[in-house]
Amino acid sequence: MGIRATATEATARRHRRVPAGLAASAGVVVALVAVAPVYLLVRASEATSSSWDLILRGRTIALTVNTLGLAGAVTAAATALGVTAAWIAVRSDIPARRVWATAFALPLVFPSYVGAFALLAALGPRGLLQGWLEPLGVDRLPDIGGFPGAFLALTLFTYPYVYLVAASALRGVDPTWDEAARTLGRSRWYAFRTVTLPLLRPALAGGSLLVALYVLHDFGAVSLMRFQTFTQAIFLQYKAAFDRTPAAILSLLLVALAIVVVAFEQRARGRARYHRTGAGSGRAPGPVRLGRWRWPALVFSGVVVGVALVLPAGVLLYLLVQGLAEGVPFNLTVGAIGGSAFVSSLGAVGTVAAAVPLAILSARHSGSVGRAAEGAAYVGYALPGLVVALAFVFLTAGTVPWLYQSLPLVVLAYVVLFLPQAVEPLRSGLLQVNPRIEEAGRTLGRTRGQVVRRIVLPALARPALAGAALVCLTAMKELPATILLRPTGFETLATRVWTSASAGLYSRAAVPALLLIAVASLPLWALAGRLGAPEDGR
Amino acid sequence: MRRRVPLVATLLLFSLVLAACSDDPTTDATGSPGSDETPSPAEAGGTITIYSGRDEEFVGTLFDDFTAATGIEADVRYGDSAELAAQILEEGDGSPADVFFAQDAGSLGAIAEAGLFAELPQEVLDRVEPRFRSDDGLWVGTSGRGRVLVYNVDAVSEDELPGSIFDLTDPSWKGRIGLPPTNSSFQAQVAAMIETEGADATREWLEGIMANEPVFYEDNGATTRAVGAGEIDAGLVNHYYKYEVEAEDGELPIANHYFSPGDPGSFINTAGVGILASAPNADGAQAFVDHLTGEPGQTFVAEDSWEYPVAPGYEPSVDIIPLEDFQGPDIDLSALGARLPEALQLLAEVGMI
Repeated sequence: MGIRATATEATARRHRRVPAGLAASAGVVVALVAVAPVYLLVRASEATSSSWDLILRGRTIALTVNTLGLAGAVTAAATALGVTAAWIAVRSDIPARRVWATAFALPLVFPSYVGAFALLAALGPRGLLQGWLEPLGVDRLPDIGGFPGAFLALTLFTYPYVYLVAASALRGVDPTWDEAARTLGRSRWYAFRTVTLPLLRPALAGGSLLVALYVLHDFGAVSLMRFQTFTQAIFLQYKAAFDRTPAAILSLLLVALAIVVVAFEQRARGRARYHRTGAGSGRAPGPVRLGRWRWPALVFSGVVVGVALVLPAGVLLYLLVQGLAEGVPFNLTVGAIGGSAFVSSLGAVGTVAAAVPLAILSARHSGSVGRAAEGAAYVGYALPGLVVALAFVFLTAGTVPWLYQSLPLVVLAYVVLFLPQAVEPLRSGLLQVNPRIEEAGRTLGRTRGQVVRRIVLPALARPALAGAALVCLTAMKELPATILLRPTGFETLATRVWTSASAGLYSRAAVPALLLIAVASLPLWALAGRLGAPEDGR
Repeated sequence: MRRRVPLVATLLLFSLVLAACSDDPTTDATGSPGSDETPSPAEAGGTITIYSGRDEEFVGTLFDDFTAATGIEADVRYGDSAELAAQILEEGDGSPADVFFAQDAGSLGAIAEAGLFAELPQEVLDRVEPRFRSDDGLWVGTSGRGRVLVYNVDAVSEDELPGSIFDLTDPSWKGRIGLPPTNSSFQAQVAAMIETEGADATREWLEGIMANEPVFYEDNGATTRAVGAGEIDAGLVNHYYKYEVEAEDGELPIANHYFSPGDPGSFINTAGVGILASAPNADGAQAFVDHLTGEPGQTFVAEDSWEYPVAPGYEPSVDIIPLEDFQGPDIDLSALGARLPEALQLLAEVGMI
């Protein structure tokens, strides 16, 4: 009976017609995202045999191996770190749990170029650590550049994506299921592995996907750590050869790579249902006593927070103090703080609004339409910001001068660049709502609009805020699109960091970098403060 | 539910209150660039839009001086030279920019080649040494930036210092040198080497350097700091990084070594400026180029920077060697752009990038 019900429901889901309003709004969003690939096709079509030569003779295969290898390794490590941290922060009785819950998420505030720079300054062959070890006879440390450095930097500064979605999903898991397994005599680990972990699968798949595609488009960490990926090769074409055609071809290959990764994730995620069918216990899970595992848990948490948060913040403070000692003039416009807050908030609101139709399509229409809608969201996210920015330059500079180099255009670029960060939480949130509740609403004579207002939207409030906070944070760190598309004179903290760092003035860059981290902590605090066991068992 | 109110309040406060401190950007935001809202000095000469690939930290005051001297307002858009070049290429005739002020000849060459620069008056071009201007008169240099070998004085003795960059392939330099392979200044130097010595000799040099197991850095600043820290003994960088880094980090045990005149090691690139053919305010743009290449701009370079003035008669303020003695290989900087893809290819083939 149960099996048959599931089968018919799955069929119903696949064949349900897409409402016209939903289709239209999703269409608008997809058209916006399509700006980037269309631009790339235009540029790539100008290819002469010599530019193809460059691509083919070049190291495309080596780049593919490097890029996928880095993405795979970082995703695996970030997922392991993120899930462990989430379990500790949500389910364990570790001392000062709420502090850990926030601290685990905070590394997200470091732009990867700042984080990678700090790691190099601290752990480089003659970095700060070596300076401390010098009295012990340590002349130099091994170079962390190349794969190890890129892997370390990207893992440390992206695992919070997994942590945040995993922690949020862990809170939503009905503890009675886990308890059922335990009363049947299974071990805690067995219960976690066979009950909790599978329930986390859609959230984990989504979080891991955000990490994997982040690695594809990241330039800051790979360039500082000198590891060759597609994005690094694309920047090299723009910056060294001033040739947009090979850059476009490489970018299209990157999009293809992203599509493969997304398809892989969609397969891995499976088609199972994740909502409960009964009333459930409605209880928040109580904390699990760590017992003799308390010390390993504390060491793990301390090391992660130490390397990913305390170390980079410490390096920035060190630079600041060093600059003050040398009498470096620090000038800071207050406008940059407001600029960051304003444009990233607008970006968050715009991106969440654009994400809603795609998330509904993806969660409620599991056929090819749903998959395509979700896939479309990832096209811009996988591309370097510079490429998306140039696409908007190409599209608007000559044709709509009033829109060109304005805040609305920056926001549109943010939507294209960060869409999945809002789509993923919304989609996971929708999957936890039983569609039969919506059907019941309709059966009880409510219009579709009423059902959406009374059932769907309230259920989406929390994931929407989570998505908005994620986008807000990421937008605050964004650089190339902001620089190219901003109104003249508009400054953000990220552009201030860039202004000083590009001139090699690292201590001067430390002030806006520290402020950026402080401002970015606000949405994160709002987000993470809610994660660590809100009711504390009450 | 209970907790949503404070959260929403936080987010709202966050976006609204903080946005309120930024009255500047938000009011600017709605108008399109170069909007017709004219501030008072604009009556003298309007506003020009400058795309500046030069860092605000170094040239910001130069733009203020320009406005003070001419009454022309400067709307400056800062960015990376190469990224701004890509932006101008995408904008085409629709570019709001009047002038492009770039870090290097390569970025200027890309715009010149696309036919987006207007020709400059001969009078302006004649102000600078011929090696610092475009042959077609499409852009003009504003300051010179030479390549040197920066070395750690505790690790390298003076008689060890090579006369030619080719001597760095000697096994005695094994494990001792650093360079920034993805940096455009280094890549321009390799392009210059291809131009004067040919592709085969350049490849041989690159392979020789690779055999000496060089250490790679992100940019000139990082390379210079690594030399200062004793991580490596010597590095290939631009001549002024020693002074920039020391201004930030304090005195370091480093010195610049200049290769022999005519050697590819002594390659000098130039920062420069060009006027867009589509410039909305061509007169204002002209005044800006005038300012940069004339007395005010060149005095600024001589006194407030560590780069070389490109017009004769200005003495640099620090102990850099006189420009007459800094003679790089005899090449046309505007031809360099055509060599850059080749340089990139070679760098890739030897495994540097």
